[in-house]
Amino acid sequence: MSSRHSEQAGGTATSTKPAVMAKPLKVVVAGGFAAGKTTFVDAISEIVPLTTEAPMTNLSVGIDNAGEVTTKTTTTVAMDFGRITLSESTMLYLFGTPGQDRFWFMWDELSKGAVGAIVMVDTRRLEDCFAAIDYFDQKKLPYVVALNTFDGQLAHDIDEVRDALSIDPAVPVVAVDARERGSTKQALIKLVQHAIARRKAQG
Amino acid sequence: MNDATPAPRFVRQFALVKGRARSVGTDLALEALVRTTDHGLERRPALGRDQQRVIELCQESISIAEIGAHLHVHLGIVRVLVSDMVAHNLVALSSSDFDETGPDLRTLERLLDELETL
Repeated sequence: MSSRHSEQAGGTATSTKPAVMAKPLKVVVAGGFAAGKTTFVDAISEIVPLTTEAPMTNLSVGIDNAGEVTTKTTTTVAMDFGRITLSESTMLYLFGTPGQDRFWFMWDELSKGAVGAIVMVDTRRLEDCFAAIDYFDQKKLPYVVALNTFDGQLAHDIDEVRDALSIDPAVPVVAVDARERGSTKQALIKLVQHAIARRKAQG
Repeated sequence: MNDATPAPRFVRQFALVKGRARSVGTDLALEALVRTTDHGLERRPALGRDQQRVIELCQESISIAEIGAHLHVHLGIVRVLVSDMVAHNLVALSSSDFDETGPDLRTLERLLDELETL
């Protein structure tokens, strides 16, 4: 029986003695613009998704959208994230990747030590997820491809998408309703199962 | 003049951490958890405004990313602020016992159990 300690340590709220601190884990939620990343995080997060900002490093400062070279050190990249307290010992953070691909330095930071990634895909715009898939393949980070069923509809079926993206057969491809907590939870479970299989295969 | 609305913050972010842009030796992960120590609670009245905010926010463990979101400062600043506070034993950091390649098998299996019962 799995013991559930879901009654938060409320009774001991006045105690400031650090007992065992929770262990933070994180999952990256990636995908193209408007593929449903923030919706996914929002559906399962126990907090309203927050936004945190990081300064752009000099290396990533380039040509901005207005066509001008930006060298301002104040340029920032914003990330949305949510949190799930799973137990007294586990806090799971979900970090959405910044929209533009030019923020690769931030992807590196997000991926470092992560459980894995959920790649959200709008099947009407498959090409938008290529960059994310290439990135996680190259980094050898476990990921699940999640086809967002906008209004319950998939523009292509799962096998077609798998073929079109030429994804490794071991990588799970699932249909997800990003607005539904149960559906996002299943996608996370798939990801962790996949990460476990990968770990085991590595020996 | 009416002082009802708080004055906007004109202080440059780097002024908050006394001009240092790089954190002191540590590169805290976005998800690293921070918690106020007993010492931090005691010292709170003597601390600066941002350190006091961190002391308040971290009475329950929260991540570096959350501190940044609540203080409206970027992650570089939070890292310096928190590293300093750790050095002075005002806050404690969660230990992460996994490396850059991700959590180990035992941690993943526990995560799976916990997600399934969520």
